[in-house]
Amino acid sequence: MHIVVCVKQVPDPEAAFSMLKVDEEARKVVPASGLQLVMSPFDEQAIEAALRVRENGTQAKITAISVGPESARNVLKHALAMGADEAVLVLNEGLQDIAQVTALALSRAIRSLGPVDLVLTGRQAADWDAGVVGCGIAELLGLPVVTFARKVEITGQALRVERVLADGFETIEADVPAVVTISNELGVPRKPTLRETMRAARKPLAVKSAADIDLAPKDITRFAAVVTRERLYVPVKEATCEIITGADERAQACALAERLHDARLI
Amino acid sequence: MTILVVAEMKNGAPTALTREILGLARTLHSDINHPHPSPPPDGEGTHSFPLRGKVGMGVVAVAFAPNDEALADLTTHGADRVYWCEQPEDYDGESWLAAVEQLARESEPVAVLASHTTSGADLMPRLAFRLQTGVATGCTAAQARDGKLLFTRACYGGNVRETLSFGVAPAVATVKPGVGIVTTHTHAPDVVRVSVPAFNRRTRAVARQQETPDTRALEDAKIIVAGGRGLEGPEGFRVLENLAEVLGAAVGSSRVPCDLGWCPHSWQIGLTGKTVTPDLYFAIGISGAGHHMAGCGNAKTIVAINTDPDAAIFRDARYGIVSDYRKVVPALVDALRTVDRT
Repeated sequence: MHIVVCVKQVPDPEAAFSMLKVDEEARKVVPASGLQLVMSPFDEQAIEAALRVRENGTQAKITAISVGPESARNVLKHALAMGADEAVLVLNEGLQDIAQVTALALSRAIRSLGPVDLVLTGRQAADWDAGVVGCGIAELLGLPVVTFARKVEITGQALRVERVLADGFETIEADVPAVVTISNELGVPRKPTLRETMRAARKPLAVKSAADIDLAPKDITRFAAVVTRERLYVPVKEATCEIITGADERAQACALAERLHDARLI
Repeated sequence: MTILVVAEMKNGAPTALTREILGLARTLHSDINHPHPSPPPDGEGTHSFPLRGKVGMGVVAVAFAPNDEALADLTTHGADRVYWCEQPEDYDGESWLAAVEQLARESEPVAVLASHTTSGADLMPRLAFRLQTGVATGCTAAQARDGKLLFTRACYGGNVRETLSFGVAPAVATVKPGVGIVTTHTHAPDVVRVSVPAFNRRTRAVARQQETPDTRALEDAKIIVAGGRGLEGPEGFRVLENLAEVLGAAVGSSRVPCDLGWCPHSWQIGLTGKTVTPDLYFAIGISGAGHHMAGCGNAKTIVAINTDPDAAIFRDARYGIVSDYRKVVPALVDALRTVDRT
């Protein structure tokens, strides 16, 4: 079985937001120098999901794939160190960072890999938070998709996914090939061991351009034209917080209860 | 001109969010037909509105429901016409997609709107690729201006907003709670029964399991008591539950406690959890990171209780107490009981 996991390099979402600058003119987010670029956390969980499938007895080759700049090699190396077997970087030169274009590039790159049984992505990337690419890959490749997975199991050709719902989960069955997007409920992804990190250095990491994956500029233009980012900005917050002080917690609590009562909130 | 709204039904009635989105669709419909005068960019001439033009059906809802009993409710809240697919109300991606795709092709809407739920967020990106258009997910604002439909959404963990316009029709979007205003619409019910077009079924839901039967309460709650990493353990939620009980509130959580197993995942409020719009929101031991605020930032009044005076939550809160929740919350429970009696 061949499992492909799509991963994206993003500014560390755990870092303080002050490390990011929004260039409203260029409609771009500019990471400050020193801000770490990491694998989007849901994508890390997608790698984890693939590794669990393999550990549960399905023989599988796991290929990690990313559309990004040269620096995205690092997230692919991280994927290899977690346990993926091979990696492919599609350089994003000439590719706009919008979901439709990313889905197009990933679908073409996946097609170029030969037969693929399972495509995993994070439920959304930690930069644009759109949650579009996984569904897009499925539609462009003509595959079924199950979104927001918290558990992925493979038995032979049968796929069984626990899909998160607002008040619980549902179990979805399908045959491979299929696309599954992974949600945070899957659980904590493993940290690479030193041994795996050493081994990862010898694993293949192919670098491809848009032309290498049969991506014509006119296709890119067509996919990029569907949406325009008209504005990008940081919402203004009016800080109007009244810090309630008092002799002790009891006094503070009473003062708060009074405020809430007077404001008819309780 | 037509705006298509994918309705979600729960226990035989449209969800509150569906009613809001019908209201939003009415607003957009009216703004497209009667654009607010705004000066043209080059200073002269009149604005044409390319979205207008085609005579359409107005606001059209598509509903998946086992019977047509609750469909009049969709008309009352804004639908000029209701397309009804007779089937269970539970979301089924493949049949919903087939039906909505066909209706979108036939009615050529300027926009297709759905709820930003695990259903809408699954359906709409797929629909967008089928219709070769874009999709704006999790929208917190939508407006028709200068001949464009503009959708604003949170990104970068809730810290940044982007506003998207569409280069092709239809605009496809999922909308969060608190964006549309529920309206009353006087119109004769016009329910058209449609069947799901033939499609090749490839996925099948074999089981559905409810983990927290009372989570509906979270989205509908007027008061929510939410805890975060600062609770320092699952027992913190017992303290919060006491407060919730005296207030008649629902209990929620930021992401960390859910991931650590301190509380069920269905309690999660935030970018990847629920979006809530209560009148009163207690953020206890919650730092106020963007991804959490993306789920509760529209609460009318936020009360923050946190030991860290520099926590970002105090920028969002109306009232704050800098102290240990283990002391403040029980004291607040006592104080509220007293207030109740007076």
